Amino acid sequence: MILKVSKWKFKRTLKKMFFCALCIVIAVCCLFPFYWAIISSLRCSSDVFSANLFPSRITFENYKYIFNDITFGCALWNSTSVAIITSVLASIVCLFAAYPLARRKFTGRKRVLMTALGVTTLPHVAVLSGMFEMIRIFDIYNEKSALVLAYMIITVPFTLWVMTNFMNSIPKDLEEAAIMDGASQYTILTKVFIPILKPAIVTTGLLAFIAAWNEFLFALTFTLTNQARTVPVSLALFSGASQHEFPYGLIMAAGVTVTLPLMLLVVIFQRKIISGLTAGAVKG
Amino acid sequence: MKLILPIIKKKKVGNNLSNWLFLAPCLIVLVVCAGWPLFRTIFFSFTDATLDNLKEITFVGTDNFVSLARNQEWWKAVLNTFIIAIISVPLETCLGIIVALVLNKSFKGCGIMRAVVLIPWTIPTIVSARMWAWMLNDAYGIINELLIRASIIDVPIPWTVSNTMSIVSIILVDVWKTTPYMALLLLAGLQSLPQDCFEAADVDSIPPLKKFFKLILPLMKPTIIVAMIFRTLDAVKIFDLVYILSSGNSANATMSVFARKHLVDYNEVGYGSAAATVLLFFVAFLGVIYISFSSRKMRD
Repeated sequence: MILKVSKWKFKRTLKKMFFCALCIVIAVCCLFPFYWAIISSLRCSSDVFSANLFPSRITFENYKYIFNDITFGCALWNSTSVAIITSVLASIVCLFAAYPLARRKFTGRKRVLMTALGVTTLPHVAVLSGMFEMIRIFDIYNEKSALVLAYMIITVPFTLWVMTNFMNSIPKDLEEAAIMDGASQYTILTKVFIPILKPAIVTTGLLAFIAAWNEFLFALTFTLTNQARTVPVSLALFSGASQHEFPYGLIMAAGVTVTLPLMLLVVIFQRKIISGLTAGAVKG
Repeated sequence: MKLILPIIKKKKVGNNLSNWLFLAPCLIVLVVCAGWPLFRTIFFSFTDATLDNLKEITFVGTDNFVSLARNQEWWKAVLNTFIIAIISVPLETCLGIIVALVLNKSFKGCGIMRAVVLIPWTIPTIVSARMWAWMLNDAYGIINELLIRASIIDVPIPWTVSNTMSIVSIILVDVWKTTPYMALLLLAGLQSLPQDCFEAADVDSIPPLKKFFKLILPLMKPTIIVAMIFRTLDAVKIFDLVYILSSGNSANATMSVFARKHLVDYNEVGYGSAAATVLLFFVAFLGVIYISFSSRKMRD
């Protein structure tokens, strides 16, 4: 009997150890590249190429350079403003659209949802030339408004799905009580739903912000000058003065700078973001 | 209750117009930003348009598609796209299942684990591409250094320089970046399964491997299929990673990269649009499969 128990215990510890090892492997795989980027950004230029896992000396030289660089500052400002405008616009438009989609039954409801789902799967390169023509017609090439216009196609369908899913989860009684009190649809949405949905709206807005912040193809195609470029484009095109120069320390510093705030936000809103992210795909 | 119901019903019927009023801005945005450009791209693919001449264009029929079919580089791009999608999606699914199973357990620090797993997803694609390009640098990269130190290899691997290894690096980075997302999708599916089955299995003390293959996997099948199609749709559109990691080498181009290169860099809007249209129809084909799957799930 004792032997059996100890065997069982042994098996359990073995299982636990295996599980711990798995966790550590996953964590190292996820974290190491970013850790390496941070380490590389903190090394001084003569030290960048050393392969020591821990830096011997830390300098903020690269960060100083990055923050004094006008091109990077411009890109940071462009990315921030475009992403904020895009996410606010997409959230407002989708908030109104999600209300009837989540709360009313009418013919064409499913068709609208399926169209939105279809648009999320569109290859962006397939709208490139049509979008280019439209931007030419509006005469907004190389301007932020061109990017906002293009980013609507990435953010709106996705935001619509997530918002509809969040709105679906509100109990029906609240709405019925409001209808009984004679509230109009507009009042129900603005006075009942929006206050309840505040955290959900922040989450969807954040997801739209991230999508706009990370976008590369449109930003690369619809901007031309350093003054109009967003962060991903300036990071992609950033290279040393000559072919034999590797300004990796600077690139890593810029990369870390644009990633850290995003990471912080995602970790804070983690739970909501996970439910938002998986809403469109699995829950159907 | 009898009194309320007719009122609500009456409201619903009368409000059909207001439903569409609420939807109008969103529909307008969808038509202007997606529908119209899409239509124009398909239209351009039958013309000889260039970037500076989008108005006075001549109709060239299916010429663009014919010369596309004769272009070796295009077929190489199609092949690359397929290789990347066919290798990376199953890999992501397998790793995603493992990560999802780990995250599904409640243990000390599972909140931290969740945040950690989310990190590769939060890093902008361009940043992770440059980060990995640095780590995979053939002369100074840490990956080669570590592999040599562990004496797995003797000579540094030219990760981002040689053609075959470039594809391997693209797949590697894509897997690293999207496995967390896959894991989250699968975790959501895992958590929506009936928990009493697992409890019953635990009571019968069924070994974990048997439990996984006989219970979890069959129950998860619909979720896994939907998630895989969803990811394939994304994988065939891959652009950013390839743009950075293949450093403009056309031997590693994917369909998206090929289309953009002709559209913008070579100033052949007609030809590039034709390539984009082919990609579009391919994705649409996959999309129809996906939507029919998810609407079947919706009905259940």
